[in-house]
Amino acid sequence: MVRYENIGKSYEGYPAVSHISFEVGEGELFGLIGPDGAGKSTLFRILTTVLLPDEGHCFFDGHDVVKDYKYVRRNVGYMPGRFSLYQDLSVIENLEFFATIFQTPIEENYDLIKDVYKQLKPFEDRRAGALSGGMKQKLALSCALIHRPKVLVLDEPTFGVDAVSRKEFWDMLKNLKSKGVTILVSTPYMDEASLCDRVALIQNGQILMVDTPEGIIRRFDKRMYAIQTQRIYQALNALQEMYDWQAYSFGQEIHLYAPETIDPSSLTDRLKAMGIEDVSVSLGEPEIEDCFMDLMVSSNIAENAE
Amino acid sequence: MKEFRAFVKKEFHHIFRDKRTLLVLFGMPLAQLILFGYAITTEVENAKMMVWNQSPGQFSNALIDKMISSEFFTLTESVNSRKEMLDVFRKSKAHIAVVIPQNFEEDFYRGEASIQIIADGSDPNLATILAAGAKGIIMTWMKGKILNPVSIETIGTSVRWHYNPDLKSVLMFVPGVITIILMLVNTTLSSISITREKELGTIEILYVSPLKPSVIILGKLAPFVLLSILNATVILLVAYVVFEVPVNGSVMLLFLESLLFILTALSLGVLISTVANTQQTALMLSLFSMMLPTILLSGFIFPISSMPVPLQVISNIIPARWFLVIIKGIMLKGLGIEYMWKETAILMGMTLFLIGLSIKKYKIRLQ
Repeated sequence: MVRYENIGKSYEGYPAVSHISFEVGEGELFGLIGPDGAGKSTLFRILTTVLLPDEGHCFFDGHDVVKDYKYVRRNVGYMPGRFSLYQDLSVIENLEFFATIFQTPIEENYDLIKDVYKQLKPFEDRRAGALSGGMKQKLALSCALIHRPKVLVLDEPTFGVDAVSRKEFWDMLKNLKSKGVTILVSTPYMDEASLCDRVALIQNGQILMVDTPEGIIRRFDKRMYAIQTQRIYQALNALQEMYDWQAYSFGQEIHLYAPETIDPSSLTDRLKAMGIEDVSVSLGEPEIEDCFMDLMVSSNIAENAE
Repeated sequence: MKEFRAFVKKEFHHIFRDKRTLLVLFGMPLAQLILFGYAITTEVENAKMMVWNQSPGQFSNALIDKMISSEFFTLTESVNSRKEMLDVFRKSKAHIAVVIPQNFEEDFYRGEASIQIIADGSDPNLATILAAGAKGIIMTWMKGKILNPVSIETIGTSVRWHYNPDLKSVLMFVPGVITIILMLVNTTLSSISITREKELGTIEILYVSPLKPSVIILGKLAPFVLLSILNATVILLVAYVVFEVPVNGSVMLLFLESLLFILTALSLGVLISTVANTQQTALMLSLFSMMLPTILLSGFIFPISSMPVPLQVISNIIPARWFLVIIKGIMLKGLGIEYMWKETAILMGMTLFLIGLSIKKYKIRLQ
């Protein structure tokens, strides 16, 4: 449905993305995961025809996005990273405006947006600017869907939205997927990766890996040890002294990525001996976040070595 | 067509829901008209006058009465010495002093009387007008007193002002204000309204839609055309009702020419919006590139013929200069299109040029 072929784009001489190639199949929920400034928005803007690539080609439903931009514009639903609706128009005025410029009556595709829009219904006459963050995203999604696009492109739709709204939003995306809409979504939150069919991990304008969430976890070639303690800072310092390995805190836990097997109880003892008494170490199941952290750091190290 | 209507509707919502836009659109024209009509005026009424009468009596009092009976002067002070007179001037309690010498009546009938008029030169324009006014009144009064007028009659000149017989400055300002308002409102508001979509990011989803650029641009401009015509009508009505300024020529022609000028201003606004990325830049560009030249170089305040040659050359590229000739011709002189086809053609050329340039610079993508 969407194909990037060796895409490159620079801004004023600085490459934003380079040598990007990947494909998204029809009906797929595809996630583009990466930190701020990785190049996610650039890739989406090239697909939605608002930016021209410097090199490579990008295809949308078999159409070149540069030559055939009019086809793309008719058939894509795009939600930019910033809230891009008219804040001084009411909810219903926004929806009607976008329905009209896409030449569809609201009723025709109402079934597609019903689940999203029904929560906005009580606020129909409220100005869009006065809505909460989560509600704004729902309205933007409704407006992007109103013309029943073949592909939905969502640039960081859950950025800055509270946890409950984020979960709701992902449920809505799954629902849309079941109705046959191809969805490309970008996010800086790694935990959202597991909700996609396939994900691409992007960093510094380059794709590190494209796979299913399970596939990415399977490729993890290290052992993950979960270390629980109240004294995270001291424990991290201690681990750094002991090993040349990566260790990160995830909430109340430290995850240590070990290229070889170690004995959890002996590590516990060593840490206790260093004054961290409440510690407990166990071999954990790596999650997708662990794989990303590991991948991103190894690629940074490789890049610096070059 | 349906999309166009939806777009225009959206634009009207933007305009009517933004207090600042409304203020610029409707507050500024009236404020300017009142300002120029009342405050900035070269007419003189009730100027403060002082008298140093060195030969008091019926004869000299009659002259003073004659002077203050006109609406020109109001007697504010009477002084008895040079020192007192200078003191009054210093305190700005009078703009002009009339000094009547000793033995005024006797000297007068011998034909040797002279009256001294001293004006406060710190405001040279006012001083000139007041001195001339005082002189005029005194001369008229003298003629009435002389039994045999031929003896002192010299060659008199009489000036009659055509088109504006009372030299009312408001007649001059109404066309000027309309010109400035149409130029500023349309250039500023249209460039701001387009750059606002850029700044808020909404332009991105307009790009990613089947809307044609022409629909976006025309949809942006249409409301301003309607509102500007409304604006011009309001200004003309206020001018007629409050300042008694009539339209001597064809009202229809005036509206058609105004429409042309509105289009010139709007295309300039579109051009600015293709360069500016933020509302602030757009505002700066339209205000500084348009306001000062429009006010100073269009011939509205300073006559073009008295400008240095380089400025005269620059004034040619200012659209307001040509429109001012047109609107004055229609409103004051009651002229028809046959007298202003050249100016009309220049404005049309400018508009086409600006539209062409805007289309060339208009982007269908970001950057």
